[in-house]
Amino acid sequence: MTKIKSVADLRKIKEEVQSKIKLRENSDHAEQLVQVKVGMATCGIASGAKETMKYFVEELEQQAIDAVVTQTGCMGYCYAEPTVEITLPGKDPVVFGYVNKDKAQEIIDVYIKRGELIDGVIPITFKTIDE
Amino acid sequence: MTDYKNHLLVCGGTGCKAAESDEIKKSFNEVIDELGMEDETQVVFTGCFGFCEKGPIVKVLPDNTFYVNVKPEDAEEIVKEHLIKGRQVQRLLYKDPVTEEKISDSKSMDFYKKQMRIALRNCGFINPESIDEYISRDGYQALGKCLGEMTPEETIKEVKDSGLRGRGGGGFPTGLKWEITRNVESDQKYVVCNADEGDPGAFMDRSILEGDPHSVIEAMAICGYCIGADTGLVYIRAEYPLAIERLKTALNQAREYGLLGEDIMGTGFNFNIDIRLGAGAFVCGEETALIHSMEGLRGEPTFKPPFPSVSGFLGKPTNVNNVETFANIPVILNKGASWFNKIGTEKSKGTKVFALAGKINNVGLIEVPMGTTLREVIYDIGGGIKDGKEFKSVQTGGPSGGCLTKDFLDTPIDYDNLIAAGSMMGSGGMIVMDEDDCMVSIARFYLEFTLEESCGKCSPCRIGNKRLHEILDAITKGNGKEEDIERLKLLSNVIKDTSLCGLGQSSPNPVLSTILNFEDEYLAHVTDGKCPAGQCKALLKYEIIEDLCTGCTLCFRNCPVGAISGERRQPHYIDQSLCIKCGACYEKCKFNAIKLS
Repeated sequence: MTKIKSVADLRKIKEEVQSKIKLRENSDHAEQLVQVKVGMATCGIASGAKETMKYFVEELEQQAIDAVVTQTGCMGYCYAEPTVEITLPGKDPVVFGYVNKDKAQEIIDVYIKRGELIDGVIPITFKTIDE
Repeated sequence: MTDYKNHLLVCGGTGCKAAESDEIKKSFNEVIDELGMEDETQVVFTGCFGFCEKGPIVKVLPDNTFYVNVKPEDAEEIVKEHLIKGRQVQRLLYKDPVTEEKISDSKSMDFYKKQMRIALRNCGFINPESIDEYISRDGYQALGKCLGEMTPEETIKEVKDSGLRGRGGGGFPTGLKWEITRNVESDQKYVVCNADEGDPGAFMDRSILEGDPHSVIEAMAICGYCIGADTGLVYIRAEYPLAIERLKTALNQAREYGLLGEDIMGTGFNFNIDIRLGAGAFVCGEETALIHSMEGLRGEPTFKPPFPSVSGFLGKPTNVNNVETFANIPVILNKGASWFNKIGTEKSKGTKVFALAGKINNVGLIEVPMGTTLREVIYDIGGGIKDGKEFKSVQTGGPSGGCLTKDFLDTPIDYDNLIAAGSMMGSGGMIVMDEDDCMVSIARFYLEFTLEESCGKCSPCRIGNKRLHEILDAITKGNGKEEDIERLKLLSNVIKDTSLCGLGQSSPNPVLSTILNFEDEYLAHVTDGKCPAGQCKALLKYEIIEDLCTGCTLCFRNCPVGAISGERRQPHYIDQSLCIKCGACYEKCKFNAIKLS
C-alpha cells in the first residue's frame, strides 16, 4: 500500500474508491451484479452470520451469479439477526432479517434471481448524516 | 426477472399482526387477482416499522406512500384508487399531530425518521475491515483538515462549540476536557479510549469498534493533535475478541497508509495507537481505575483530584474519552459545530445511541437525537412491549442508574432530565420491563452485579452493598419487615455519600429509584407477604380450588416433595409448609383447579 502523504492523496483515494463503487453501480453489466452485505458483528456471528455468508458466497458462485458479498458491522436489528442487505442493480437496498441457510436460498431464488420481494423485509427507519 | 410495477408492503410485526394484518394481505391478494394485476403488483409482509401505535401499516412502493390504521376492507380502495387511478387514499394518510397536515411520503414523516445515525453512521454500511470504504465515506478527512488547516486551539474550539458531552455516562463536556489536558505542561501526554463497556445490556461501544473502528482511530489522532500527545491507548476488555481483531486490522491499515505513525500526511505530526486489554471488570470503566489497570496495577480507583487530565497514565496528563464520544468527533469537524449543535436539546447536543433490551419487540441498537422522549423510543422505534403486555418501567444507566415509571414516558431524554428523574444516561443501556417484572427483584439483581464488581477498596461500597443485598434478598424471600424500607433508604444514602468512586456513589440508585417509584410494591412484599408481579417464588401460594378438583391425582403424582395429599375422586390439598413452589401441579392440572396467589 502506498503511503498517504498529503490531504490531496487522501482525496485521490476517496475519489478512486467512490468511482469504483459508481462504476459497479452504473456499468453496462450492472444488471448482473448483485451486492450482498452480511451483518457480521458479535451479535450477527453468534446467530450464525458466518454460515450465512459462506452460503451466499458458495451458492452465488455455483449458480454463476455475478455478486459482491461483503461483511459489515451491526445494523442495529439485533432481534432479527443474522441480517443481510441486498442491493440489486439500480434498486434501493433491501434488508432481510433472520437469514439462515433456508432463508438465504429463498433470497437467492426469489429476490436475487426473480426480483420478487419476500415476506420479512426490514424497513429502514433512520436518517443518515447526509440528509 | 419479474418486473413488478408496484409493491405493497404490509407490516408483519407483532403489533400489526395482532391487528389483522394477515387479513389485510389476504384481501389485497384477492383484489389484485380479481383485477388481473398479479403480474404487476406484489404484496409482501415486512418486519416491524416500529410505529405500532398507528398500525396496521401499509406502504406502497415505489412512491413511498404510507397508509396508517389500515383495515382489511380498505384493500380494494387502495388498489383501485391508488394503483389504478394514481390517487392516494386521503383518509388513510398519516396526519401530523402538530401541524395537522397529511403526509404521504414516509421519508418526510417525523416518526419514521426518529432515528438519526451519527456515531453509528458507518455501522452496517461499510466493510469494517476496509480502510478504503471508510475513506470513501469522508474518512480521515477531518484529520486531514485539522492537521492542514486548523490549529489545535481552533479544533478544540470547534469541539467545545459543538456542545458534545462524554457519552460514557458522566456527560462531561468533551471540548473542555481536551482544553484542560492541552493546558497542562508536560513532556509526554496520552490519549486513552475507554472501551471497557461494563453496563449489563449496553453494547454500543462494541458495535462501533466492530463496525467502524477507523472512526475511533481518526478521532484519537485528532485528540492527540489537540492536546499535544503522540501516543494513544485503547483500553478494551478481552471479552470483546472480534472488536479487538477488527481494531488491530484497522490500526495496521492506518499505519500502512501512513495515517498513523511519523509525519502524518506530511504535516510533521506523529501519532500512534496501542491496545491494552482489560479483564472485564466493571470498576475499570472508572477512569482512574482504568489507568491503574493499564499501568499493571490493581484496577482500583483513586481519589480525584488530581484528574487524569493533570496526572494520569504513568503520572502524565491523560485525556480519557469513551468510544461513542470519539465516534462523533470526525463528523463534528467535517460538518461543523453549528451543524451538530442544532441537533438535540439546550444542554445536551447531538444524538445518543441506546441499546434496547428487555420486554420490547425490536431489541437492538438505535440512535436518536437528544430530547427524544422515552415513549418515542419504546413505542415508535422499539415497537412497543412484547406480547401486548403493559409497560411498567424502563431502567436506564445500568447498575448506576434508576428505574423510570410511565409518568416519565414523555420526558425528553437528555443528561439533565434523566438525573432530575432519579436515573442517569449512563452508557445508554435501556432495559424495558413489563407488568410481570418485580421491582424488588430487579433492585436485587443490580445489587448482585455491584457486589460482584465492587473492588473492595472502601468499606461503604464493600460492606454496605452486601448489607443492601441481604435486606433485598430477605424481602424477596418473604422475610422482610416494614422497617426494612427505611433501613434501605438510610443505608443507600450513606453508601452514596461516603464511597470513594462512582461505582459506590451510584450503586444504591436502583434501590432508591425503585423505592421512590414503586414503594407500594415493596410494601406488598413486607406487609402483605405478596409479590404483585408474581415473581418472588417464596411469596407465591399454590392452592387447590375444591369445587374444581376432580381428585384425578395427577398433581399428587407430579409433586416432587410429596406436599399434596387427598383421596382419589376427592378434592386434594397442598401442605404449604412442604410446598417448594415449583409450579409442577399448576402446569399439570387439566381442570384449572389450582390457583396461584
